[in-house]
Amino acid sequence: MEFLQPTSWTDALAAKAASPEAVPICGGTDLMVELNFDARRPAALLDLTKVADLAQWDIDDGSVRLGAGVSYARIITELSARLPGLAMAARTVGSPQIRNRGTVGGNLGTASPAGDAHPPLLAAAATVEAASVRGTRLIGIDEFFTGVKRNALAADELIAAVRIPLPVGPEQFSKIGTRNAMVIAVAAFAVALQPARKLVRTGIGSAAPTPRRAPAAEQFLAGALAEHDLWESRAELPGPLLDRFGDLVTAAAAPIDDVRGTAAYRLHALGVMARRTLAWAWRQYQSASPEGS
Amino acid sequence: MSTPTRAPAAAPGIAPDQQRDRASGIGGNAARPDGTLKVTGQFAYGSDLWADDMLWGVTLRSPHPYARIRGVAVGEALATGGVFAVLTHADVPGKNRCGLEHSDQPVLAEDVVRYQGEPVALVAADHPEVALRAAKKIAVDYQVLDPVTEARAALAPGAPALHPDGNLVRHLKLRKGDPAASAEVVVTGCYQVGMQDQAFLGPEAGLAVPDGLGGVDLYVATQWLHVDQRQVCAALGLPPEQVRLTLAGVGGAFGGREDLSMHVHACLLALHTGKPIKMVYNREESFFGHVHRHPATMRYEHGASADGKLQYVRAEIYLDGGAYASSTPAVVGNAGTMGIGPYVVPNVHVDCYGAYTNNPPCGAMRGFGSVQTAFAYEAQMDKLAATLGMDPVELRCLNAMSLGSEAPTGQIVDSQAPVAELLDRVRKMPLPPARAGGIGGPSALAAQRHGQPAFDLRDLPGGVANTTHGEGVRRGIGYAVAYKNVGFSEGFDDYSTARVRLEVIGGEPVATVHTAAAEVGQGLVTVQQQICRTELGVDQVVIHPVNTQVGSGGSTSASRQTYVTGGAVRAACQAVAGQAVALAQRQLGRTIADLRLDGGQFVSAAEGTVASLAGVLGSDIIEETVEWRHRPTYPVDPETGQGFAHVQYAFAAHRAVVDVDTELGLVKVVELACAQDVGKAINPDAVLGQIQGGSAQGLGLAIMEEIQVSDGMIRNPSFTDYLIPTILDMPPMQIDVLEYPDPNAPYGLRGVGEPPTISSGPAVAAAIRAATGLELHRVPIRPEHITGSMPGPAP
Repeated sequence: MEFLQPTSWTDALAAKAASPEAVPICGGTDLMVELNFDARRPAALLDLTKVADLAQWDIDDGSVRLGAGVSYARIITELSARLPGLAMAARTVGSPQIRNRGTVGGNLGTASPAGDAHPPLLAAAATVEAASVRGTRLIGIDEFFTGVKRNALAADELIAAVRIPLPVGPEQFSKIGTRNAMVIAVAAFAVALQPARKLVRTGIGSAAPTPRRAPAAEQFLAGALAEHDLWESRAELPGPLLDRFGDLVTAAAAPIDDVRGTAAYRLHALGVMARRTLAWAWRQYQSASPEGS
Repeated sequence: MSTPTRAPAAAPGIAPDQQRDRASGIGGNAARPDGTLKVTGQFAYGSDLWADDMLWGVTLRSPHPYARIRGVAVGEALATGGVFAVLTHADVPGKNRCGLEHSDQPVLAEDVVRYQGEPVALVAADHPEVALRAAKKIAVDYQVLDPVTEARAALAPGAPALHPDGNLVRHLKLRKGDPAASAEVVVTGCYQVGMQDQAFLGPEAGLAVPDGLGGVDLYVATQWLHVDQRQVCAALGLPPEQVRLTLAGVGGAFGGREDLSMHVHACLLALHTGKPIKMVYNREESFFGHVHRHPATMRYEHGASADGKLQYVRAEIYLDGGAYASSTPAVVGNAGTMGIGPYVVPNVHVDCYGAYTNNPPCGAMRGFGSVQTAFAYEAQMDKLAATLGMDPVELRCLNAMSLGSEAPTGQIVDSQAPVAELLDRVRKMPLPPARAGGIGGPSALAAQRHGQPAFDLRDLPGGVANTTHGEGVRRGIGYAVAYKNVGFSEGFDDYSTARVRLEVIGGEPVATVHTAAAEVGQGLVTVQQQICRTELGVDQVVIHPVNTQVGSGGSTSASRQTYVTGGAVRAACQAVAGQAVALAQRQLGRTIADLRLDGGQFVSAAEGTVASLAGVLGSDIIEETVEWRHRPTYPVDPETGQGFAHVQYAFAAHRAVVDVDTELGLVKVVELACAQDVGKAINPDAVLGQIQGGSAQGLGLAIMEEIQVSDGMIRNPSFTDYLIPTILDMPPMQIDVLEYPDPNAPYGLRGVGEPPTISSGPAVAAAIRAATGLELHRVPIRPEHITGSMPGPAP
């Protein structure tokens, strides 16, 4: 196995162009497990930990530009206020050791349907910045996941960063596991409210071949909120509205039975999580209003 | 964490001098001799073994649960550069069989494989990766057969016979009183327990070093060196003098190291290549490399009078032994003879079966047959209480076994059995405060602006995964009580050997203890030092490397080592002390009736200090080797199960308080309370550790730990998907340690390790039932069982 260790982004892109079969490694929290289980023997590893730029984040044009190599631990400590949805998901990733090593870039590279970062990135309308010696292109998160553990990157591309618009409303995230920490998602759900644009976005994890949104649920909720002037009144959400939202989220999923849970349970849990997270997000919206308590 | 309540203080039947507790002797919290090394990461485990010229051994395992082997071609593997040997069953020089109770398991498969993961061939190479790749080049021609994957199906007429004598490993019949007894109130239930793994952290590992004279030295992480030695000798065709075993550092065992793993394999490769062979399983291989806890299917019927007195219990228990017998016969014996719990019942009719299947082999695991049945008998007691409209603790206390009770085997309980007191104590412990959090309060709203609830999510089901802020959460409380036989039962010659040596080194008296008893993390090394300090009055106690150069110590299992090896060490110390006193009296030229050793001195009540131990010993060395046995047990009658089968019983009770998210099926165990009678706490801190760890292991089985097997194939051989409790799953504990001495046992002690594993899980299950109102017939209880998103087994 060849081990490539570029020290600059330019060299990294050149290495990836020269060796498209090289698998990038940063935290190693996915890849090393596959290597240790002998499930994968890549011809080459492309170590990105020496590319300092990758581990930076900054704010640019109303978005956080999160370098692909920023760890979950740093997202929690440095970005909880700016990116609450992603930070909530980051808190559920593995153990402290895994959060110190693992990165959102790696999560996107693996593109597992169970990746914890994916639902909040979907709900936040993030954009993936893919780079190669040919240049940089932006891939909308909605177009990024193309199949089970497959993504829209070309063979010579690396993930430079993910751009996440600063939220303009409440975000919530919820994840089911069969123990109270250090667990792979059985099902996960994220919701983001955008009052100024009267929009709602969602993200579903571990309940379909890819992470995906629940467009019908989003459209229903945005429509219902507008129809009843709820954005303005900030009144309580009616129970039937929450239930319908939950049902539509459930309907957007296509889970399987596996060792972590049954398809029926995943569908049931998504509905519960959708209702609860929407209620929490709405309560945040209510309490943020001038006439709120 | 609470400190134990050391109640009752007085210990009738125990001589006053044995009550004397030195801080570093028995009854004190002496520090572990290996503690600092382990905490600082310097302790050498089996996987750290190394020899400069060693080769790496790997095992090729069957991918099929049941298949004929039509041929094995090793040529390509053997031709691989760096490969020194490729061995199959044809290379086993002795008898190609091993097994704890029945020699039914091939060292390497011959013409058939009976479980997924069965060893078929071995490779030795100069690098582990080379060995792994070469193993993949071994071509095995399998004819795949339909596996038998359920114990009852295996015992049904017409099932394919997996072994020459059929699929029944053991049928234990327990018959007491009227088999057709009736009662006013009857409850029935069918219960299932999934396959739990020991999940020890140190994988199977060892180093075999050929001696150049045809023999071999094996350094291995194990639970019982001498039973390993017997099997290795048989397979190698060598006498014990040529197969010497030394204990390597053991990273947990819990029963999973009683059977052989890489022992014979490494020795075969070492003798074949003439080089040291290291073998270490990785985590995935470890799941295939040791036995697991027997899955159980159990049907129970309890009959009681209207006032709650048990009239009869009838039970049918099926234990899936998997492909090979391992310790299935003894597990069946325990589950059958103790399967109705610590209750007095006049009429008992139990049939307990252990069966061969093509599932992973099952054998010893902490609790050993009692864990499975406790889930069933305690669920039945709760069901009976509900039917009678009685308090579940009252019902248990009303029927509780006590000193003088007759067990269903006819055995009279001849030492304290404080079942009712243990239950009463956990019931009276203060309850944890009401659930934190809640939804919608003003402060919660303000704090939620950034998605931060006003309470700590870690206190709620789901933890930081943010699944509830209190919605759907209901609290439940459940109780359960355990009893467990200590030591080996049913007539087994259960002994241990201790060699104790007393000498002066650098002017200080030093005792050295040499046994073959395995320290697996539980603290036997500490206990041995404490006993020596108390009995010999010396501070310096050296634990000799544990090996087969001394007689058997018996297995580190069945909660027996403090009792049996502790008893042997005490007896050896007493023999040494007797010689030392005789030597002192010879030197003094007179007899002092009560002369004894204390604090490095010879002391007497009348004369005080009369001589120093160092002075009396000089350059003399006193050494004694003692083989020590607990009182004998006897086989049970094969038709009735009656007999004096068990040497000692140990008891524990748990109260579990849980919060269940009833909509999502997620569970947070809020608190576990435990009361356990340990007879005498030789090391109170170590006792607490056993109770905490055992309780966690029982909790794990109740709500998450299961090797999922489909069609004979393990679906989750990793710690990613075989979940064990984390610090956020295991709650704080209140622990009450009672010390009612057993007059038959050394220092009055009772085995400690297993009882808490038995009762914690059933208490958690009972609490979840109380919170949800569901019957929940199966453990582990999964979220989908609570939400109804998956049908449980029919009652």
